[in-house]
Amino acid sequence: MRRTTLDNGLTVLIQEEHTAPLASVWCWYRVGSKDERPGITGVSHWCEHMNFKGTENIPRDQVKGLIEQYGGSWNGYTWIDQTTYLETATRDALDRMLFIEAERMARCLYHPDDCESERTVIISELQGGENDPDQLLDQELTATAFKAHTYRHPTIGWLSDLQTMTRDDLYGYYRRYYVPNNATLVIVGDVDTDEALSRADHHFRAIQPGPDPTRIRTAEPEQTGERRLTIRKEGTTGYLKVGYHAPAVEDRDFYPQLALDAVLTGAKGLNLWSSFRVPAPQRSARLYRALVERGLASAVYGALMPTAEPFLYTVSVTATAQTPLASVESALLEELDHVCREGITPAELAKAKAQLRARLVFDSDSVTNIAHQLGYFETIASVDTFVEAPSRIAAVTADQVGEAARRLLVPSNRTVGYFDPIPVA
Amino acid sequence: MPLSPVRTALANGATLLAKQTSTTPAVAINLAVRAGSASDPAGRPGLTWLLSRVLDRGTASRSAADIAEELDSRGITLTITVTRHLFSLVCTCLADDVAPVLALLGDILRSPSFPDEEIATRKREVITAIRQDEDNPAVRASETLMTLLYPDGHPYGRRTKGSIEIVEGLTREELVRHHAERFAPGELTAVIVGDVDPSRARDLVERLFADWQKPAPPALPLSPPAVARSRRRIVVPMMNKAQADLAYGFVTIRRRDPDYHACWLMNNVFGQYSIGGRLGDTIRERQGMAYYVSSALDANVAEGPLAIRAGVSPANVDRAIASIDQEIIAIVTDGVTPKELDDSRRYLVGSIPRALETNAAIANFLQTEEFFDLGLDYDERLPDLLGAVTRDQVNAAARRLLDVDRASIVVAGPYSDAGASPRT
Repeated sequence: MRRTTLDNGLTVLIQEEHTAPLASVWCWYRVGSKDERPGITGVSHWCEHMNFKGTENIPRDQVKGLIEQYGGSWNGYTWIDQTTYLETATRDALDRMLFIEAERMARCLYHPDDCESERTVIISELQGGENDPDQLLDQELTATAFKAHTYRHPTIGWLSDLQTMTRDDLYGYYRRYYVPNNATLVIVGDVDTDEALSRADHHFRAIQPGPDPTRIRTAEPEQTGERRLTIRKEGTTGYLKVGYHAPAVEDRDFYPQLALDAVLTGAKGLNLWSSFRVPAPQRSARLYRALVERGLASAVYGALMPTAEPFLYTVSVTATAQTPLASVESALLEELDHVCREGITPAELAKAKAQLRARLVFDSDSVTNIAHQLGYFETIASVDTFVEAPSRIAAVTADQVGEAARRLLVPSNRTVGYFDPIPVA
Repeated sequence: MPLSPVRTALANGATLLAKQTSTTPAVAINLAVRAGSASDPAGRPGLTWLLSRVLDRGTASRSAADIAEELDSRGITLTITVTRHLFSLVCTCLADDVAPVLALLGDILRSPSFPDEEIATRKREVITAIRQDEDNPAVRASETLMTLLYPDGHPYGRRTKGSIEIVEGLTREELVRHHAERFAPGELTAVIVGDVDPSRARDLVERLFADWQKPAPPALPLSPPAVARSRRRIVVPMMNKAQADLAYGFVTIRRRDPDYHACWLMNNVFGQYSIGGRLGDTIRERQGMAYYVSSALDANVAEGPLAIRAGVSPANVDRAIASIDQEIIAIVTDGVTPKELDDSRRYLVGSIPRALETNAAIANFLQTEEFFDLGLDYDERLPDLLGAVTRDQVNAAARRLLDVDRASIVVAGPYSDAGASPRT
């Protein structure tokens, strides 16, 4: 893998993979919902949508087909730290993909009619999410666990902001953050590194750098007591979610906490893009045995995401019919207390590491997934963090996991959320 | 590069397809038995689904805890899926683990023990999942559409998970009997793709399955679905929801239909290409009415469905249905343009290397190839099959599959049924 910085500040990461005649191009921006102030929540994600709607050199009606004619797929996503765009297609589309990403960085149109039309699409996306009680609970839990840091608001935004934001809000935001010195271009696939770099330079070098975007500096103050929330809404199923403020990816506790999660709920790996597609190996995991095998829950899921700043470790549980959420909660907390008191066994640590090693292999099975990992880590920390992940995982000790558990899983660091269903009328 | 899988037929009727790749030091294993939900006995929909939850929870020689430990210690997630016709054990493992993992899967497939306490636990999980489905507008819309398209107990119209009442009443004896009747070597196709030599894969599969002797199960009756004679619309009111889900569809063709590739191309233009084809253009891009809208063609052993799905604000339900109607009328009346056909064709042909990039995707493709008897060189012939389709054939496919006057439409969500009377 070669890492280069162009004169305008654009970071370029290139990795050759010659197993299939494909190439994947991703362009990453250090902008996500944590960069949004009240009044414009959801703007990062809305900009992402607008950046598929034509540029100065790609007329609106010609967007469709640009990549499809190479059999390619394209997509994008926005989360708390990042916004990213990708194309994966046959290798002869490399130049086309780089052209599209250069256009997207500098020359999107934000036509007022398109902004209006997209407003209702995004509100529809928000309402579709609200149909899912688990997603609704996740949103409310996050907003309760954070009272100051901008990780508190959902990436989709709050409804009133989506109803009132203007085209100028969107375009101004786009211009501030979409500059080469705030971006990383990733190319992985059946390419020649020198040639790919030269093509990237050709497409991007004329784009002028901008001022480094200003950042919201508010840090989350230490939580001083347990927080709780209960959503009472019509539904058929109870959900429990427990969140703890968790280490950022560069924190010394991150990998011990990742191993702890593997012991509790099975290893998910580190790939946000692919890991949710395959459930964790978890049948022997502690919380699965305590909750699912005992019939209290039909599902349990732990999530520790690599993030730039301290986010949350959440455990999500689906209660079985007729099981009170309080019973699920007490069984869950009992297990967490137990791991704080006793730590984990050497056998559990060995299994957690074997699972994480296997997931790192499974999550690198395509040029798209490999490119995602390089860009994701460069955007939230540095690509070295990803390269070092296997050795950092290998170096975790059982004592470190026990210490991480005792630091994190304390009641005063905890937010407990219930979705307590009211029978549907 | 052609896939050229190595196919081996065992004397007892089991089939192996193996393909070596070197992308990662991993192997995708996909064991499919022709025993999907269509094989549920009369009055017992959900039996196969429960079987899929219990099968891997104990064998004659391994406890559930043993199996859990064997899988978890290798970082393996075993997924058992049930479609209308296939019951599949699917996982990816490291290449070093392929022999012990195959041995475990073979044991699970052949010698499940169905412990009573596991059946009780998994029943509770299934019942919870059914209750979640009942509160999910997208699932309710899709399932209701299938009952409309496939009435009178047709296997394609039944809920795969069954109902709470039926699941509660299922017994261990029924699971044992169903497994004994339906799981036989002649129904098994093992697909192994990854960093393993095909001859080694064959040795491993022979070792596991060569001594498995069982007669073939009786053929499944699968009647042709009833033909819709009028337009029907059903509302599933779910007033606790924020958004409505639409499912709008037709009964279409069998996978072996000679017009399959024309129908596939037609559906791509209509509801797939780029972001939802013509439907996405009008409903999402131009009118901003929905976050998602697309159509899916699921040609199967019997005539499968074409289902259009969309998530829309309750205020836009009628407009969205009217837009779908208009798009159907347009494609049926005027057909597709030469450019649309070229674009879709180039896309589908060009996407083959991407669709066959990962071991798991190749394994899936090979299972489909074997199940529908498409030929071991289907990936190589596919560009020509798509290339030979003419515009007239695509337009004929639109006329054959789509008709607003015979559409079945379901709205699930916070929507009143004031406008739900049949269109006149």
